[in-house]
Amino acid sequence: MVKFDNVSKSFGETTALDKVSFEIDKGEFVFIIGPSGAGKTTLIKLLLKQIQPTEGIIEVDDQDIAQIHKKKIAEYRRKVGVVFQDFKLLSDRTVFENVALALRVLSEKEEVISEKVENILDLVGLKEKRDFFPSQLAGGELQRTCLARAIVGDPEIIIADEPTGNLDIGIARQIVDLLKKINETGKIVIMATHNFEIVNALGQRVLELEKGKLVSDKKKGKYHLS
Amino acid sequence: MNEHLKTTWTHLRRSPYQSLSAILIMFLTFFIATSFVLTAAGFQVVLRYFETRPQVTAFFKDDTNQQQVDLIKAKLIQSGKVEETKYISKEEALEIYRQQNENDPLLLEMVTANILPASLEVSTKDITGLSEVAGILKEESVVEEVIFQEDIVQALYQWTGTIRKVGIGLISALGLTSFLIILVIIGMKITIKKAEIEILQLIGASTGYIRTPFLLEGIFYGAVGAILAWGLAYLLLLYATPFIIKFLSGIPVLPVPVYFMLIILGVEILAGIIIGSFGSLIAVKRYLK
Repeated sequence: MVKFDNVSKSFGETTALDKVSFEIDKGEFVFIIGPSGAGKTTLIKLLLKQIQPTEGIIEVDDQDIAQIHKKKIAEYRRKVGVVFQDFKLLSDRTVFENVALALRVLSEKEEVISEKVENILDLVGLKEKRDFFPSQLAGGELQRTCLARAIVGDPEIIIADEPTGNLDIGIARQIVDLLKKINETGKIVIMATHNFEIVNALGQRVLELEKGKLVSDKKKGKYHLS
Repeated sequence: MNEHLKTTWTHLRRSPYQSLSAILIMFLTFFIATSFVLTAAGFQVVLRYFETRPQVTAFFKDDTNQQQVDLIKAKLIQSGKVEETKYISKEEALEIYRQQNENDPLLLEMVTANILPASLEVSTKDITGLSEVAGILKEESVVEEVIFQEDIVQALYQWTGTIRKVGIGLISALGLTSFLIILVIIGMKITIKKAEIEILQLIGASTGYIRTPFLLEGIFYGAVGAILAWGLAYLLLLYATPFIIKFLSGIPVLPVPVYFMLIILGVEILAGIIIGSFGSLIAVKRYLK
């Protein structure tokens, strides 16, 4: 479903990713770990087609994403739901409107949008706060809104870039539990994180990056603090 | 579309001063455009009025007979410059005089048909034929005096031409300024909303979805500016109508037909939409890469 084949990415003299290869199958939950500057964000940006690889091929659904025409990038991104560490919510829109935005860009009908958003807000436990603005929400609620927006369009792949980075461990566990619940419906979840407690508790596949290289790929990995 | 209209309205509300500037510059452009179009059209009507009036009048000596008049008419027609001739007898001249002075009995009492001369009113096909026609008439021994309005018509021609040229120049310059201001304002708005646009791109919004509200915004500025300018110009024209009618007594310039004003409105809205959408289109192409 997702394949990196000898993918490298350089920014001038700096190599952010160096000949990284791996495959992720449908229904897998994968952690990407590594210290700051290891290449986690670069990998996610490549997968979102925000940047182009310097070398190598990235395939999603057997399609080389480098070959996707500029006009089709939006269509491709709808297959991928993203949860950001800094949430990236629109401050002038309510929880409902932020989540609905992911469906509005798909030109869904208002009735469909309303039904789907209500269901997702129920799933992430934000039904009562549907009319709140981001500034009125706590960190965990912001992240759950962001997660709701990522999954409401029913994408095949969920990418979470340090989704627990700004949250305390209890709230972080709630977010990861939600991601696990989504993963159990057959979706791929790729989560970049520094949180060793969560990685160790879940016992899922772990890809470890260090200085842009993939140094380990373990089916039931652990995160060891060095 | 409803979603895009809502977003456009939000854009407008969020930066009211920028929106106001854009509308004002469009308003100024179209107000000047409307003023020049109306002035040029007015001059055109005045010009046409003078062109259709008898432009050369020859007054005959008292002993001129009909045969001599017919001979002169034939000469004029032979010249190929004449559109129409009309003979006014002494009696007809008196009748005209009476009509013109019906409110002044004293003037009416003093004048009889014998005092007034018979005349020949001549309209030329073209203003350039005036001098030649006047020349033919002056050579006739039975003609006492020849008057013609060459100077008035020439002056009107020059004025109309100048107004058209100045108007076209000014409207073009203001049109270009409006276009550039729309481009800059939309560009600023895109820059301010960079983070929002990035979020939209990441959640899979198409380029069209992101661009449409900005295009609608440009169209809004153009159309609203045009409507407001037309409305104010029309109101001022209606207010000034009695004064203008008094000033141009006898020349049927006003009232301006409603259909003519509606044509101006339609053309201006269309021009506003073109300037607005073109300005915002260039802005989104330039800033939304």
